[in-house]
Amino acid sequence: MDNNKNWIDQRFPLTKVWNEHLAEYYTPRNFNFWYFFGSLAILVLVIQILTGVFLTMHFKPDAAHAFASVEYIMRDVDWGWLIRYIHSTGASAFFVVIYLHMYRGLLYGSYKAPRELIWILGMVLYIALMAEAFMGYVLPWGQMSYWGAKVIINLFGSFPIVGELILEFILGDYAVGDPVLNRFFSLHVIALPLILVVLVFLHIVALHTVGSNNPDGVEIKKNKDANGIPKDGIPFHPYYSVKDIVGVVVFLMIFTSIVFFAPALGGYFLEAPNFVEANPLKTPDHIAPLWYLTPFYSVLRAIPPMFGSQLPGVLAMFAALLILIALPWLDRSKVKSIRYRSWPYKVALTIFVISFIVLGWLGMQAVTPLYSLMAQIFTALYFAFFILMPWFTSIGETKPVPERTTEH
Amino acid sequence: MSEQEIDLKKRRFLTGATSVVGAVGVGFVLVPFLSSWMPSARAKAAGAPVDVDVTKLEEGQLVRVLWRKKPIWIFKRDKTVLANLPTLDAELVDPNNTEDQQPVYAKNPHRSINPEIAVIIGICTHLGCSPTYRPEVGAADLGGDAWKGGFYCPCHGSKFDLAGRVYAGVPAPTNLIIPPYHFVTDSLIRIGIDPKAS
Amino acid sequence: MKTLFNTTLAAVAAMVISFNATAGGAGIHLDPANTDITDEASLQRGAQSFMNYCSGCHSIELMRYNRIAKDLNISEADMANNLMFNAEKTGSTIFSSMPDDGAKEWFGTTPPDLSLTARARGTDWVYTYLKGFYADDSRPYGVNNHVLENASMPDVLWQLKQDKSERAFNQDVRDITNFLDYVAEPVKLIRYEIGAKVLGFLFILFILAYLLKKEYWKDVKYGKWRAKD
Repeated sequence: MDNNKNWIDQRFPLTKVWNEHLAEYYTPRNFNFWYFFGSLAILVLVIQILTGVFLTMHFKPDAAHAFASVEYIMRDVDWGWLIRYIHSTGASAFFVVIYLHMYRGLLYGSYKAPRELIWILGMVLYIALMAEAFMGYVLPWGQMSYWGAKVIINLFGSFPIVGELILEFILGDYAVGDPVLNRFFSLHVIALPLILVVLVFLHIVALHTVGSNNPDGVEIKKNKDANGIPKDGIPFHPYYSVKDIVGVVVFLMIFTSIVFFAPALGGYFLEAPNFVEANPLKTPDHIAPLWYLTPFYSVLRAIPPMFGSQLPGVLAMFAALLILIALPWLDRSKVKSIRYRSWPYKVALTIFVISFIVLGWLGMQAVTPLYSLMAQIFTALYFAFFILMPWFTSIGETKPVPERTTEH
Repeated sequence: MSEQEIDLKKRRFLTGATSVVGAVGVGFVLVPFLSSWMPSARAKAAGAPVDVDVTKLEEGQLVRVLWRKKPIWIFKRDKTVLANLPTLDAELVDPNNTEDQQPVYAKNPHRSINPEIAVIIGICTHLGCSPTYRPEVGAADLGGDAWKGGFYCPCHGSKFDLAGRVYAGVPAPTNLIIPPYHFVTDSLIRIGIDPKAS
Repeated sequence: MKTLFNTTLAAVAAMVISFNATAGGAGIHLDPANTDITDEASLQRGAQSFMNYCSGCHSIELMRYNRIAKDLNISEADMANNLMFNAEKTGSTIFSSMPDDGAKEWFGTTPPDLSLTARARGTDWVYTYLKGFYADDSRPYGVNNHVLENASMPDVLWQLKQDKSERAFNQDVRDITNFLDYVAEPVKLIRYEIGAKVLGFLFILFILAYLLKKEYWKDVKYGKWRAKD
């Protein structure tokens, strides 16, 4: 055994990688519930890739056959239904996990120096994941797939002068049809997954370079013992590997409950109208993107057309997404963790979270004057969180941050 | 025992138990993924038994049908052909059907239920090409007078007689395969299902 | 921190509740179908009624006869003799006996395939629709429908409605609805049971994983973790 290990180590840094990233990678000892979601996100990525590989074996990326081929998977392929439900539930689970992961970052200031790059890579991951999910949603070629694709693609037509050209470029046709299905399929199963995997790798490399933040927001590397080991650090393996296994099992219990007992989750994960094949002649009564995209969809709808163009809404939507990247530089607070922050930040974060959730909810509703007004108010609050951040993070009394992590 | 001592035994037991149960779980997960590669309900439906009416089949005539996406030959042999079969035994690899290339009810000199009607899967046992039907006795390109009619594989030159038995000295190692089939009536063959009696 | 968590939770809860309230949609009152997919007898009756009253015009082309036979415990022979009007092989999918152009001529439209109707519209919709025909002389077949205005479909169940008690008729309609619910998602018959087993297994794994974690974390708790064994 040892001989084998030597043989490999002379040719590949196996032991070195193992030690640097697991056995001797020192992680703060005070991780709480919120720190499960990073490893869970990797788990979901693996689940999606595995089920996706098998779904691709039976799916037909052809407008004439796509819908039937999904039902073929659901009915004729042995256990195909399970693979499909895991994949469809996995898509939503991915966003649940990612949103909680991002919220953790907001709670404990994980985006602040020296972790700006981790945050930026994470945001790019998030945007790539949205594209991945959206394109995947188009593939079953149901009514919601088709009209969802149509609406989202049409956003790009709102650019002045070149809009029409961009549309034809994306569509490869004059309306949503076979070419869109084919190119989305290719992007969904090859290009974007590759990008996601590379980004995840970079995200982790960056994380392991600076080390994890923690609920106290103290840098454990500032307090090392004689051997150069952080006093508040513990090796990732075995302590966090065994802890994450517990998290994984709990996650799987919730996940499989949905897969087996409520795969459509009342329309949140699989929408009923999507069980009708795409019909270019008839728009469904009510169309909305799946829940994870609706906050941004709300922003889009909140901004009225100006000068006869949808462009302002489209730009606002992209701005709502991209402004997240600037977070590390908007936050002027001296402390990272919510535990020691001043009250204005706590209030602002609460309002922000509520705005995000309300926008998400509004994005699923049909437009009424009241809802439009609400969408505008909460869109304003959403942006206010970022725009006013330099101000509210520099006022108010922060609590003193301890030298070491608190026992918890 | 003080709380601060590390109970290595317990640790090893729990590590082992969790690993074993986890491995069993991975085993369960493999089932759906591997099963999804087996023929689907659609493939099974497409591979359902095929009926062939042989009322109009004339002596020497061969019809081809597809069963499970494989070519099945159904052809009628006259008395001369049947009489010729035993005379070829010396030139064949397995004249007595010792290899398991046919159902028991076709393990006879003519390799069929009804001596006249042959039902054979038309796929060469070498590498899967479909041999051509060469019933003409004495075909010059297939050995002249010695050729009593049979099948010739264009891919690698394997030869079979009119019972699908392979000649010695060709690439194909075994006789052609006889599919399961039975006679629903005297003139209707159902390919894919064994006779009830057997 | 706590308050923040609580407000977040409350907002999520509010969102879920209000979404459910609006999920009903277009404002037509739907009777609850109260179907029970585990009621095999009801599914069998539903299959029988479907083949008799519906399959003349409507296909369920995503479904195979032998799948229904297997799932609903109907022998393939019974299936072939009593329920298969439009096909010869038990592995075939279920097509209607009506040619498409004939349908266009007779009804002005092709009757839709019903494989996924119960899933797309909901069982309550199917149940209420089938019961929702009323006399209307302005329509070609003398009937209209409460649920689907100007439906092109005639009231094929009128004879049943006339001959049976309301209760018995409702049960017939419920059986058909139940069958269509099954047809829309055949695995519904088995996925709950498999799910329960999976959860049981994960629970065992959870106990072991939790004990394992607790055991290792004693080191951290008592400040005794060791870098190497």
